[in-house]
Amino acid sequence: MAKITPLREAVASLVRDGDTVALEGFTHLIPHAAGHEIIRQGRRDLTLVRMTPDLIYDQMIGMGCAAKMVFSWGGNPGVGSLHRFRDAVEQGWPRDLAIEEHSHAGMANAYVAGASGLPLALLRGYTGSDLPKVNPNIRFIDCPFSGERLAAIPSVRPDVTVIHAQKADRRGNVLLWGILGVQKEAALAARRGAIVTVEEVVEDLQAPPNACVLPGWALAAVCPVPGGAYPSYAQGYYERDNRFYIAWDRVARSREAFRDWMRRHVLDTDDFAGFRRVLAESMREAA
Amino acid sequence: MTPGVTATEIMTVAASRLLKDGTVCFVGIGLPSAAANLARLTHAPEVVLIYESGPIGAKPAVLPLSIGDGELALTADTVVGTPEIFRYWLQGGRIDVGFLGAAQIDRFANINTTVIGSYDEPSVRLPGAGGAPEIASQAKEVFIVLKQSPKAFVATLPFVTSAGHLDGGDARARAGIPGAGPTAVITDLGILTPDPVSRELALTGIHPGVTVEQVKRATGWDLKISPDLTTTDLPDAATLAALRDLQARTAAAHGTAPDSTPGTTPITTPITTQGRAGGGASGREG
Repeated sequence: MAKITPLREAVASLVRDGDTVALEGFTHLIPHAAGHEIIRQGRRDLTLVRMTPDLIYDQMIGMGCAAKMVFSWGGNPGVGSLHRFRDAVEQGWPRDLAIEEHSHAGMANAYVAGASGLPLALLRGYTGSDLPKVNPNIRFIDCPFSGERLAAIPSVRPDVTVIHAQKADRRGNVLLWGILGVQKEAALAARRGAIVTVEEVVEDLQAPPNACVLPGWALAAVCPVPGGAYPSYAQGYYERDNRFYIAWDRVARSREAFRDWMRRHVLDTDDFAGFRRVLAESMREAA
Repeated sequence: MTPGVTATEIMTVAASRLLKDGTVCFVGIGLPSAAANLARLTHAPEVVLIYESGPIGAKPAVLPLSIGDGELALTADTVVGTPEIFRYWLQGGRIDVGFLGAAQIDRFANINTTVIGSYDEPSVRLPGAGGAPEIASQAKEVFIVLKQSPKAFVATLPFVTSAGHLDGGDARARAGIPGAGPTAVITDLGILTPDPVSRELALTGIHPGVTVEQVKRATGWDLKISPDLTTTDLPDAATLAALRDLQARTAAAHGTAPDSTPGTTPITTPITTQGRAGGGASGREG
């Protein structure tokens, strides 16, 4: 049974130095609040897994939380590069970052395999790409029935998966809707368990029978964090703050500006509500 | 250039014209998404747009800034998980056209969106593959849309992220890749299509006001020119109006211009909170 618990306690008890951690989200429902809490608690040597690492992984990498990143597309959508990610790969700042790079189809299949308890994912993929030359975890096997050559990659089994969702009920059952990405698969692939931050806790989810509901007993912790996906969006609650994504480009360009920004907005705030308060102040100052 | 019509508009309209009504199209973000939605709003109302984030049959009123915008989910026939998109719908063989952008391509329309320079010590780290490797190999055919320049159209790619026609001829088929591969590359200068035998791209269409010499200068290899070179029709007034309406609605909705100009390099212009978003490195998703 998922315990409804403060995010700080969930991160403290479940996320450890050296862990493989997946904070998933596909534009929608990106667990920014949980990423900030991992930064505040100073986790180190993490292997970060995500199909589409964006601003929250840029922040975690720039703050030195990560030793490795497993991904298939890393950028600031509609804006440009992740400057902290690039600085780590190109210059080793603040530390070297190993990368393991896939395609979306490969990663999506690897999450399915992880949730399915399988050691590997099989797909028709990567043919003609140079990715298998730089990623030894992309290999090929012959189908025992048809003889077709298929790509094989290890399943993704994070120690901990973190996702954000719209609602939970008091028993910790979680409902999410809209763009779902790989969140269900990622949550079920986690070895130690999944942390789910939610917009609100309600008496009754009122979910139709085929809705995407993650049963509370299959999750490790459910943490109420209203607005916890910001600047990403939560369908039915708030929209994506595109201005933040654009403004991030300037913050992340310089090491000093980045460090100052992270200190003021994340390290020196107690929680996500504190972050939002300070962000509102700094946006007023900039206006 | 013809007064009043920009090169980007001619490119977007030319790309949209290639999409036939009823086609099932797997859409990349940025220029492909603009062209595919323009087709849906003009000559191809029954085109089915599928985005890798999960929406099937998306009918956005404004262009998405990112591949998982809520507008795509709210206007779709259905929204499925990303694994299902890649497993059932793409790998299952249901995609007619993959519509992709690129940072760089070569003469056989192979695509790089990974690195400039060496992989281990890149001079520029680009966003990476996204969905493109499997879209490029498994859609029945592929359209690529990008602006033409010597930095983007290179003799040798530093990294092949997604297969075009590999080293030409029947290399694709020999490698066991199911789809026909790139059948058109639409740029701001013209349209390139692969030779039926060698599969090398040749300039087969040129936009009004552009010279062959200009296209050759914007290409990093000795570009072949088709003897049957045609000149692209200018966008008609109704199509141009539809495109401009779409862009205006998009700008109003996002508070900024959409990512309609993916380039090969990170943006270098200063960004303000009210400024225009520059092109993403491959500009496709998120």
